[in-house]
Amino acid sequence: MDKVKIRKGLDIRLAGEPSKQLESFEPTFCALKPTDFIGILPKLDVAEGDEVKAGSVLFHDKNNEKIVFTSPVSGKVKAIVRGEKRAISEVIVENDGKYDSIDFSDIDDPVERMLRSGVWPMLRQRPYATIANPDVRPKHIFVSMFDTGPLAPDYDYIIDNQYDALAKGIDVLSKLTDGNVYINVKHGSTACTDAINRVSTEITSDGHVNNVIITEFCGPHPAGNVGTQINALSPINKGEVVWYCYPQDVITIGNLFLSGRYESSRIIAMTGAAMHNPHYFKTKIGADITPILDIEENSRVISGNVLTGTNITGDKHLCFHDSQVTVIPEGNQYKLFGWLLPVFKRFTNTNTNGDTRPYIMTGEFERVFPFDIYPMQLIKACLIKDIDQMEELGIYEVDAEDFALCEVIDPSKTPIQQIIREGLEFIRKETS
Amino acid sequence: MGLRSYIDKIKPNFEQGGKYAKFHSTFEAFETFLYTPNRVTSNGAHIRDYVDMKRNMIYVVIALIPCFLFGTWNIGYQHFLSLGESVTFWQIIGYGLLKIIPLYLVSYIVGLVIEFTFAEIRHEEVNEGYFVTGFLIPLIMPVDVPLWMLALAVAFAVIIGKEVFGGSGMNVVNPALLARAFLFFSYPSKMTGDTVWIAEKADAYSGATPLGTLFNGGSVNDLPSMMDMFIGTIPGSVGETSKIAILIGGIFLIITGVSSLRIIIATFIGAISMGLVFNALGTTSAMNTPFYYHLLMGGFMFGTFFMATDPVTAAQTNIGKWIYGFLIGAIAILIRVANPGYPEGMMLAILLLNVFAPLIDWCVVACNIRKRKKRWASAERRTK
Repeated sequence: MDKVKIRKGLDIRLAGEPSKQLESFEPTFCALKPTDFIGILPKLDVAEGDEVKAGSVLFHDKNNEKIVFTSPVSGKVKAIVRGEKRAISEVIVENDGKYDSIDFSDIDDPVERMLRSGVWPMLRQRPYATIANPDVRPKHIFVSMFDTGPLAPDYDYIIDNQYDALAKGIDVLSKLTDGNVYINVKHGSTACTDAINRVSTEITSDGHVNNVIITEFCGPHPAGNVGTQINALSPINKGEVVWYCYPQDVITIGNLFLSGRYESSRIIAMTGAAMHNPHYFKTKIGADITPILDIEENSRVISGNVLTGTNITGDKHLCFHDSQVTVIPEGNQYKLFGWLLPVFKRFTNTNTNGDTRPYIMTGEFERVFPFDIYPMQLIKACLIKDIDQMEELGIYEVDAEDFALCEVIDPSKTPIQQIIREGLEFIRKETS
Repeated sequence: MGLRSYIDKIKPNFEQGGKYAKFHSTFEAFETFLYTPNRVTSNGAHIRDYVDMKRNMIYVVIALIPCFLFGTWNIGYQHFLSLGESVTFWQIIGYGLLKIIPLYLVSYIVGLVIEFTFAEIRHEEVNEGYFVTGFLIPLIMPVDVPLWMLALAVAFAVIIGKEVFGGSGMNVVNPALLARAFLFFSYPSKMTGDTVWIAEKADAYSGATPLGTLFNGGSVNDLPSMMDMFIGTIPGSVGETSKIAILIGGIFLIITGVSSLRIIIATFIGAISMGLVFNALGTTSAMNTPFYYHLLMGGFMFGTFFMATDPVTAAQTNIGKWIYGFLIGAIAILIRVANPGYPEGMMLAILLLNVFAPLIDWCVVACNIRKRKKRWASAERRTK
């Protein structure tokens, strides 16, 4: 097994680690949010009040009608929530608790089965972090089997006892590419490594898969980010496309081919300093987590982690790709001479700790950015929307989340992830 | 909290449509000076590090305090030494303060008035950069510099050196050094020679700096002892004489991560290398000055720790910082030894490399781009 050591980065330690205790949570409502997917144009296939099964199409992408988004549970469409300019922001399904699901086992083609069941949007591509295009074959597929983010869920714990589905999922992925499926595990994580080894021997003995490569990673965050791993193993060149997904997505894909049904279970870690008794819950994709939010006043509920997650206000629906919820105190207080006082706890709340300024300090980003890319120069190229420069400086190798740590430590307090995201979107729109 | 509620009460007057809306930037600067804002993150990362520009800048000012204190004492010490009077410690400090406070008043009043005016005109927030620049300028001046000259230099440095480029973060050369260079070339008689370094010195007393001695044909034996130069009981610009004070501040900045250790090490390597080359040639007394003397003379140390490391005007890439620092060290010694017209090479070397830093960065980044394009090309060949 190859080993890769990531040297640059930063482990952000926060209060509120989840304890290894798993509770079942049956959500009353589940929602799919078109805003969780970059670059889609949602078109509804249901109306309020319609009965749906798990696997029934709720909406599809107008840009690519093959890509559909299906209900994670069976029940009734409760509401279609619209945001600015009447864009659909949420399709909410009331769960009847029966999990009456559509059987997809008569569809043999793996791509077709994944598309029709609504599992496909779990596969995303780089560059751009958009949903994978089913009409192309990617150079490689990457799966990071661990998360190094703040208060990250322990995937060894989550995957436990789901090895068959994991093996099947990896098997399916290996048929989608002519290159390799890179399965990246945490150094020293025996549970995960054993499981994957079992998986890979099972697959190889099966005879038709030999493009699965397991690599061990160690080092600080972002060692667990798929972007870091892609860059270390096979950096993306102009014109190339790779796909990636998360461990629980692989399990969902595996289950689709074991049982023929869309199994939308998710184990999520409820974490954070403002969360009472943080621990794991077994629930569904898009679950409304309001009943299990035992939190403090004046706090922020984030689907995902504090680096890249989404601030969920109003109805607290999990975002599609997330396996974690973080609740931290809001920092909306003034602090007398706050810029001068000594600091004992580095990261506690959501205060910006200062105002936006021009870029003055240099060499700071390089300490937390493990890419062979000049971060400041790339950020500036994105700001001035110079496509040639962005390409030359390596925009295709990165996604906004790779800059999350830069954004955290930036003394100029600029919205770096947004700048990178806008740069990527600019190129995507100009070149499509 | 009384103060907070008072600020909240008067705040609307300074907002758009308020009575004093045109002083918005000024109000904002004072408000955020007192209180860090209650602003929270919106999108992207939900947490932010505690370091902001104010904290970075105040670290530099804190780091300069040892130099300021020693400089104040040394002004008095040199003055009474030249007169041959023996006085108490507090008389020395008192005299020093009497000399240095006017310099600071002029530096901050002129500089900040310009900064605030530009911020109001541009409807921007007032940048913290001048707190450092304003603290640095008196430290790199001869103590007897006329105040009107200082005011002129500050105005020139802030307007031409910084604001015309768009303010802090956009300037090409270090504004504090630019102020010094402005006076150096405009009024050389007030910036060089033997008479300017000691306040109101007795005529008979030689007030030459070590560099001055050396380049008026003196030899190593005419210089103060290494220990005197290290402690700083020698004539010179206000803040540059004590190497101990500089090291205390410099190490503080390295530990807090504000200044780049790469640049500092590279500058030392550059200066030592060039010093050794001249020692090996050894044809004049200047060339024969042992290389380690150069590290203790003039503004070398002060420039290395506080000027070369200015992040805005230094090279921005890590490799670039090595090149930039090395060239500053080497060129500073080259100017000192080879060009008798300008004894202090450090200022000129830093200003020169400030101008070349973007070019150095451009070359470093171009290497990265070339590497990437090579990889693209070979990937394309493989797929064909």
